[in-house]
Amino acid sequence: MVKMLFVLPLLIFASVTFAQCVGCPEEELDVGCESSEPCGDCFIQSLVAEDASNDAGGGIDLSWTIAVDVAIPDSMVLERLDSGGVWSPITTLQPADGRKTDSGLENGQQYSYRIVPFYGGIAEPASEAVSAVPSKQWIHTGRIWMLVILTLISIVVFYFIEQGKRGKELYIRRIAGLTAVEDAVGRATEMGRPVLYIPGIMDMDDIQTIASMVILGRVAMKTAEYGSPLLVPTCRSVVMSVAQEIVKESYIQVGRPDAYKRESINYITDDQFGYAAGVDGIMVRQKPAAIFMLGTFYAESLILAETGRSVGAIQIAGTAMPSQIPFFIAACDYTLIGEELFAASAYLSKEPKLLGSLRGQDMAKLFFMVIIVIGVLSATLGEAWAPAMKVADFLKQITSVE
Amino acid sequence: MRLVIPLAITFVAGMIMILQFFVPATQSVGESLQEWYMIVASAAIFLGAINLLNVHVHKIRFKAPNWKYSPVTIAGFSVMIITGIFFGIEPGKPFDYMFTQMMVPMGATMFSLLAFFVASAAFRAFRASNWRATLLLLSAFIVMLGRVPIGGMISPKIPLISEWIMQVPNLAGQRAVMIGAAMGMVATSLRMIFGIERSYLGGAD
Amino acid sequence: MSTFVEKLGSIDRRIIFIVMALAVILPLAFRMSLPIKIGEGPSKDMYDAVEALPNGSTVLLSFDYDPSTMPELQPMAIAMAQQLMTKDIKIVSLALWPMGVSLGNEALISVSDSLGKEEYLDWVNLGYKTGGGVLIVRMGSDIKSVFPVDYDGNSVDEMPIMDNINKLSDFDMIISLSAGDPGIPSWVMMAGDRYDIPIGGGCTAVSAPQFYPYLGTGQLVGLLGGLKGAADYETMVRVGVEDAPAGTATPGMAAQSVAHLVIMLFIILGNISYLAGKKKKRGAK
Repeated sequence: MVKMLFVLPLLIFASVTFAQCVGCPEEELDVGCESSEPCGDCFIQSLVAEDASNDAGGGIDLSWTIAVDVAIPDSMVLERLDSGGVWSPITTLQPADGRKTDSGLENGQQYSYRIVPFYGGIAEPASEAVSAVPSKQWIHTGRIWMLVILTLISIVVFYFIEQGKRGKELYIRRIAGLTAVEDAVGRATEMGRPVLYIPGIMDMDDIQTIASMVILGRVAMKTAEYGSPLLVPTCRSVVMSVAQEIVKESYIQVGRPDAYKRESINYITDDQFGYAAGVDGIMVRQKPAAIFMLGTFYAESLILAETGRSVGAIQIAGTAMPSQIPFFIAACDYTLIGEELFAASAYLSKEPKLLGSLRGQDMAKLFFMVIIVIGVLSATLGEAWAPAMKVADFLKQITSVE
Repeated sequence: MRLVIPLAITFVAGMIMILQFFVPATQSVGESLQEWYMIVASAAIFLGAINLLNVHVHKIRFKAPNWKYSPVTIAGFSVMIITGIFFGIEPGKPFDYMFTQMMVPMGATMFSLLAFFVASAAFRAFRASNWRATLLLLSAFIVMLGRVPIGGMISPKIPLISEWIMQVPNLAGQRAVMIGAAMGMVATSLRMIFGIERSYLGGAD
Repeated sequence: MSTFVEKLGSIDRRIIFIVMALAVILPLAFRMSLPIKIGEGPSKDMYDAVEALPNGSTVLLSFDYDPSTMPELQPMAIAMAQQLMTKDIKIVSLALWPMGVSLGNEALISVSDSLGKEEYLDWVNLGYKTGGGVLIVRMGSDIKSVFPVDYDGNSVDEMPIMDNINKLSDFDMIISLSAGDPGIPSWVMMAGDRYDIPIGGGCTAVSAPQFYPYLGTGQLVGLLGGLKGAADYETMVRVGVEDAPAGTATPGMAAQSVAHLVIMLFIILGNISYLAGKKKKRGAK
């Protein structure tokens, strides 16, 4: 499987290079060779109407070219033929626009358009009328490669999950921040102080918050086992509800439902720095012995981490926000960098299925690393050797999304 | 059944969202789901407000430690809501006055704490303990000087080197973290959509 | 002597805070000013991208911040509005952050009044809606269903500025002044990449490094990073404009310069102490 991941991009490279070298036509393709009907001295030339591509229907794309030897009109009006057979203006166009999409139309019905140029407020003869029928598309042609890549990643991830389920031993490197979770909770228990868990400032639609909730479940199991109070102030009310359920379930799982305190998981405010002020207040007043800051953080990260440090807490932070990682490294004892945050659940649970998905994730990353190396090399070589640049362009095309 | 229903909802919603990205014809279903999310997110604001009041009323009633702060919270909350509802939020109204004259400076004050914390964290963390740390230290000095006019006054090359550090080594590091994190996001999403990760439902398997 | 030097490494952080406060307050109090030189960079790219828009274009300006980050982002909002309105570019604004909407309104009203522009004809503030990225995706297909009325409750269908604006791709550029999420990343991923619209932005200094990858790939046409970005923009917008109102970012640059020097001084002191301690340990061995 690993070899395949190396070989696949190389095959792509080889096949594209080969295709470019063998039998490729010398002459350039004439992109703008669409035939245009001569239209006398009309300003608008070759007005084209076609069903809007890659949409859910209801749209028609209009494009036109303009005559260079005719005076530019003051304004232009796009007209559509209505059901009564009357041309109705729908919008004003700028001569240089070149294209316009008419949306909100009914699928399957034919629509006709023409453009009327105005000189000094007087309408000149309209362009020739063009028609098109809007329809919905069943596949987004600009995203096919993305679908292929996503399918490939999914297959790799599921392959390794299956390997994990079959009992294959999967190595996972030591992540200091996660190994320290138990020590941190233990320390809080010894000192008789609470554990503070901060799940970031974003809502439940943020994947880092979801990853944080998963870790919260594991941390809550530890605090329930050790009997340490757990405080979870949240910045979003939906996060509060989810956190309450997760912590409650964790306490039930370890047989300590009596120790669960719903009011310890509370909503503070949606306001970023209002939340930072509220959490700082909790730190200063309650002096937690262990602080977890896992999730999405912005400028408040250092305010929280420095205050946590000033109260002498052991601090474990983790975020995929690149700009906040340096602050956490400077002020916290342990920092989970980027993807380590998403690996936490697998690491803490050691479940084979989750470990398998981690291996799959690593393999997918390896695949992209090989693609990047080939891309960089081919783009560099392409400066001197045209086929290599075609490979770079091809890789750019398959990794771009419309 | 307690687990099956949420797992099924996650699977169906996740698949619809993936599908609508690749199949334009199904976009309306995805848009409906997004509208539902917006409605739920808006309604959750009330959930938060009720919880906030509950927690603080509970603190006052049972004279919990530091309960004296709670009446201030409740008063601030009530005054903002009442003035907003009864007098409107347009410029010149009491709500707007409190927003611009209280909220704005208080928020800015919290943000400005960063200056102090950056200074103390930098003082503690930047130590030339080995050649890599020294390199980091020198880069930090150049960027700090290059981002302010005084850097250009010392040498016109400092802002250029600063911009190069931001555009090249910084960019490489940022991209590495972003690509790694993106792969983590994809794998986490797949684990959740396919019910492999279910500890967020209470750690049950 | 060695003991004193060693002690420097563990200065009470309250002393650092006091010195830092003085480093910020004194230059502001004495109105210290430093000349701002504009070189090539993301601020200049942002300015040039807006300058390249033809007169009569329409730009979506999103105020994705709140009062806490106002000192850095509000000067950008004002300078940006000045440049756009001076060039007769129409502004449709909104906010993905609840408190950004009134801050944005304040900036738009002040600039519009000074330049004699008309609301609904030259600019409009659509207000705030929750949803972040989801909201942007919805706007991609139909803006008027997401914002049927503006901030003041007037129907957008009746506004001349919204005549040709139905979805995101009708804008010539989107500019997000962003303090976090939702903000620049949401606009880049949900609008720029999907509908091929140029995206520009302004952000706080601490979050600027994270947006450099977007600049490198062209997903952002320009970026104003922190007070420096705001001061650069104010300076560029004021060039050639008579009686242009003074901005608030430019005077702040002197204070920021001194503050940076103070931080560097503390780092140097910390390192002197660290090296002295290291030397002492070696000597003892």
